[in-house]
Amino acid sequence: MIGKSVRTVCLAGLAVIGFGTLVAMAAPAQNDDPWPQLKRQVFKNQPLADGSGLIALDMPYRAEDAAVVPLTVRATLPAGDKRHVKRLTIVIDHNPSPVAASFTFGAKADISAISTRVRVNSYTNVHAVAELSDGKLYVVKRFVKAAGGCSAPAIKDASAAKIGIGAMRFRQLVPAAASPGRTRQAQIMIRHPNNSGLQMNQITHLYIPPFFVKDLKVWQGKELVLAMDGGISISENPSIRFTYRSNGGKAFRAQAVDTKDHVYKGEWPAARSGT
Amino acid sequence: MTIGKRRSNRNNKTRRLCSFACCAALLISGVIPTFSAHGADKIAPLSVSEVAPGVFVHFGATALMNRENEGAIANVGFVVGERAVAVIDTGGSVREGRELLAAVRAHTKRPIRYVIDTHMHPDHVFGNAAFAGQGAVFVGHKNLPRALATHGPYYIANFRASMGAALMDQVRIIPPTLLVADRRDIDLGGRHLTLRAWPTAHTDNDLTVFDRKTGTLFAGDLLFLRHMPVLDGSLVGWLKDLVGLARIPARRVVPGHGPLVRRWPQGLADERRYFECLAGNIRAMIKNGVPLAVAAKTACASEKNRWKLFKAYNARNTTAAYAELEWE
Repeated sequence: MIGKSVRTVCLAGLAVIGFGTLVAMAAPAQNDDPWPQLKRQVFKNQPLADGSGLIALDMPYRAEDAAVVPLTVRATLPAGDKRHVKRLTIVIDHNPSPVAASFTFGAKADISAISTRVRVNSYTNVHAVAELSDGKLYVVKRFVKAAGGCSAPAIKDASAAKIGIGAMRFRQLVPAAASPGRTRQAQIMIRHPNNSGLQMNQITHLYIPPFFVKDLKVWQGKELVLAMDGGISISENPSIRFTYRSNGGKAFRAQAVDTKDHVYKGEWPAARSGT
Repeated sequence: MTIGKRRSNRNNKTRRLCSFACCAALLISGVIPTFSAHGADKIAPLSVSEVAPGVFVHFGATALMNRENEGAIANVGFVVGERAVAVIDTGGSVREGRELLAAVRAHTKRPIRYVIDTHMHPDHVFGNAAFAGQGAVFVGHKNLPRALATHGPYYIANFRASMGAALMDQVRIIPPTLLVADRRDIDLGGRHLTLRAWPTAHTDNDLTVFDRKTGTLFAGDLLFLRHMPVLDGSLVGWLKDLVGLARIPARRVVPGHGPLVRRWPQGLADERRYFECLAGNIRAMIKNGVPLAVAAKTACASEKNRWKLFKAYNARNTTAAYAELEWE
């Protein structure tokens, strides 16, 4: 009861005395958009054209688990448009390390959709910047409500998490019914804590050092399907799912390198439906 | 590196300044001479029921933690022996912890020798500071110190928004010093409590407390009723632990959330049904190549009307279960 009346008075006090302060403090925050600066730093002042209608970024508006936020980028080029996506960069504006990942797509892989899972640290815009085969950059954005994803200890079973680091899986998924020709779907998964470096051990007061997959490549036969330059915003146990056009190669290979320069490799025969 | 960080600090600072302004307003106006949250003297005892002789429980509200409910959403309690008292979970704020302490004092003058944390979550351990420095030993699962070290600072930072500075400023992370690796008995004088550390399920540091004298089991958050279960450990592990829990010859069970259970092991049925639904649905979706984002929206919709807070947790549970099961 006492607590309640304190709060009521407290709110009233805030309204009278605190209001001016609140407005004064809040005002600069609204103009504090990191994107203009990020855009200059990350894309070296190259012009970014509106990518609406060419690429689409799907993310939940409100993330269920800020440490595992699913994200999909799709090419939505109009019929007859011969361009394809060469490179894709995901920027989570308010994350401590905003560039979550850069993907390079194999020249003939024709990747038309890619999904991964990211950490989101606070309410933020997320930008997807695609370089199309015309050499120009196109951008789309989404606003996401999530908090604490980078400092969140995503590891749910700390003992089990140490087992099998670097284990890889490659799944060749049934092509979507609507996919024409040789368009396939696959998922590459790697077991890795992908520590963000922002989780603090309270006993030692030291941050758990960043330890993440910085480089991941997938080939079919001798041709690159995709490559990822990853950062700390990619969730634990990185997973990338993508649609691609099979080149008929008999096997898929993957190689991942983490920040301790451990190299992990995997090889899988191409499924019949994938050749 | 610093762009995002600076902003969140500024937001916190804004909030801190506001609460400072608010306190200053109180001091100047002199409406309330002492801020009640800081003094134990004005704390009213938490309402408790004596569910068995010497076994007291406060049943928390089925809600998310916030300023208004002071974090008092979990079931917390205490057991009184001939020589000593054991407190089982301390609540979601130091304020709730103090109210629980007042409830203990309203029933007995015997010393509190043990404070048992059933697991790491804020609604169960944020009240620990109310019991510190009074000779009680903090008890927990062998994994609890590590879990509090990694999660504690994150919880303290993240619950500020919903709980407010007045409640959060008092919270201290107090790790246990008496650790349970498997089973351990503690003696309260004329009654023994059997503490049992479980393999990863709700979290990787779940502990149950069984009062052999009355057959009362404090299940912690291994058991939810009405309140949607929250998966922060392992779905497969939890389904396995349910088998072990069902074998405990309990006459009554205090869940972590929800009402007292008098029929055991029937009281596990709702939780088992939901977990089997999750495991079945998600395994099938993974097999059929349904992506995580779609699974999170569609899994176990049949459970929607069977739980409170379904919307707050089902997609989250699904995400956690998917990430676990895709590595089977």
